[in-house]
Amino acid sequence: MTTELLPTGAGDPKASIARAVAPRKSRSRYALVVLAFLLPSAVPLALFVLGPMVAAAVVSLTEWNLIRPAVFVGFDNYAQLLSDPETGAIFLHTLFYIVGYLPLVYVGGLALALALNSRLKGRSFWRGIYFLPVVTSWIVVALIWRWLLNPSTGVVNTVLAWVGIDGPGWWTDPAWAMPSIILASAWKDLGFVMVILLAGLQAINPDLVDAARVDGAGWWRRLVSLTLPLLSPSTFFVLVISLINGFQVFDQVYAMTGGGPAGSSQVVVMQIYDLTFRYGAAGEASALSWMLFVVVLAVTVTQIIGQRRWVTYG
Amino acid sequence: MHSVIVVGAIVMFFPFVWTIVTSITPGAGLTLTPSLIPSDPSLDAYARLFAERPFLRTILNSLGLAVVTTLVQLFTSATAAYAFSRLPFRGRGAVFAIYLATMMIPLQVLIVPLFVELKAFGLINTYLGALLPTFATAFGIFLLRQAVNQVPRELDEAATLDGAGHFRIFALVILPNIRPALATLSVFAFMGSWNSFLWPLVVLRKPELQTLPVALAGLQGQYTTAWDIVMAGSVVSILPMLAIYIFAQRYVVQGVANSGIK
Repeated sequence: MTTELLPTGAGDPKASIARAVAPRKSRSRYALVVLAFLLPSAVPLALFVLGPMVAAAVVSLTEWNLIRPAVFVGFDNYAQLLSDPETGAIFLHTLFYIVGYLPLVYVGGLALALALNSRLKGRSFWRGIYFLPVVTSWIVVALIWRWLLNPSTGVVNTVLAWVGIDGPGWWTDPAWAMPSIILASAWKDLGFVMVILLAGLQAINPDLVDAARVDGAGWWRRLVSLTLPLLSPSTFFVLVISLINGFQVFDQVYAMTGGGPAGSSQVVVMQIYDLTFRYGAAGEASALSWMLFVVVLAVTVTQIIGQRRWVTYG
Repeated sequence: MHSVIVVGAIVMFFPFVWTIVTSITPGAGLTLTPSLIPSDPSLDAYARLFAERPFLRTILNSLGLAVVTTLVQLFTSATAAYAFSRLPFRGRGAVFAIYLATMMIPLQVLIVPLFVELKAFGLINTYLGALLPTFATAFGIFLLRQAVNQVPRELDEAATLDGAGHFRIFALVILPNIRPALATLSVFAFMGSWNSFLWPLVVLRKPELQTLPVALAGLQGQYTTAWDIVMAGSVVSILPMLAIYIFAQRYVVQGVANSGIK
């Protein structure tokens, strides 16, 4: 390892001369300096990210309840997960979450970003209000919304009753549990998406928009043919982050519904948690973790490859 | 346009108002919907929160973990950023790529082996066990490397001529010049720790070791929930982040905005 840590300075003649005449002692000293700067981060990342990542792959090939010794079972856990209809259901619930959540935060965030991008008084104040839920923890967000959407004494159903609507059972109703989670999540992340899109909008040259206006392009036309294409790098970023986070949705599900009622809002990570700590099936949980990782990786890579078709870097 | 912003802001802010109103309405939730202006406001729920459970300890747990996480992350991120920006070595690009790749790995995937690993070290139900996996993040390293890259190299060279080595350049030239990025990272590291849920839930199983989000999630009853107490706990949990946010809004918003542009 140490012999690799040479100062390279490729292409710089002075550096290579210096290296050629540098005594061995100073070279190993340089290696020590590099190690001193790198080890504080390399050790935790190796021990607590990369190591466990590999370990998860090994565990996924065993049957193990965390107490008795693990038994090697090959790819049985994967086979079992793939043949179990419940696996399809939890991925479907996760997908339902993403499909419901993404348009809400994107369209909402875009509308706010467009509105805030105009010359508005007290812009940072309004931006601050929209951003507040972003700094609130998922658990608190889930608790607040569980209360707002309480079927009997919650404020949402109370207000709906005023106008003669009999509100749904929200998180107590299998059909409404996931929409409740989606609503809470969109409220939390709207400000995040707004800030990213706003930064993207502010990077757009206003002369371009003015030119389009002079050419007689209306508001909608300018938005669709000019602003949105120029905003595509920010949109791309929102999409990548939202999908990665969406597949890993957990905190708000845990605190709002616990995956219920009747498993109607059970998502992938909730299932990983339950398999490990409720059913003592660490092997199966690890296999599911790896399946999730592969899916997220595949989706992300597909997006990165696909971006060429629609993302324009100005 | 303007009215959209204002109406939207009221809708967005309302849940916070309702949280506060509920927390000062005794008996809220069981059969009672609070009214927007409570007829008989009381801080009873806050008093019970601290009297009936080790809530002060819970707050101190969260605070301690967040402060240590933040300090350690500043150290590990800044040193790594210096190495990746200023110390050329063979294989540096590959090492940096591996660092970045760890950003793609969700904590959820690691939860089983991490739990087993820390159990083997005897660190379940210890603060150290809760802290260790948070010590280095690819996000922090990436953020600070961008900042170090923007510090003019002439400053290093001048210091080198004055006889300064890498450690002195790092401490006396680089660190003072990346203060805004350090501030941004501090806010994000603190927020990440303060709000984190899954790992503290898994590793800190004893009630007296619990952090705020875990304790709050546990406040919900199985059949009935005393919503005034839960909302009081939520208010207590939001306040410190709110203070930091108001104080450092510039860094938070800039941090998010930059992540989208790069």
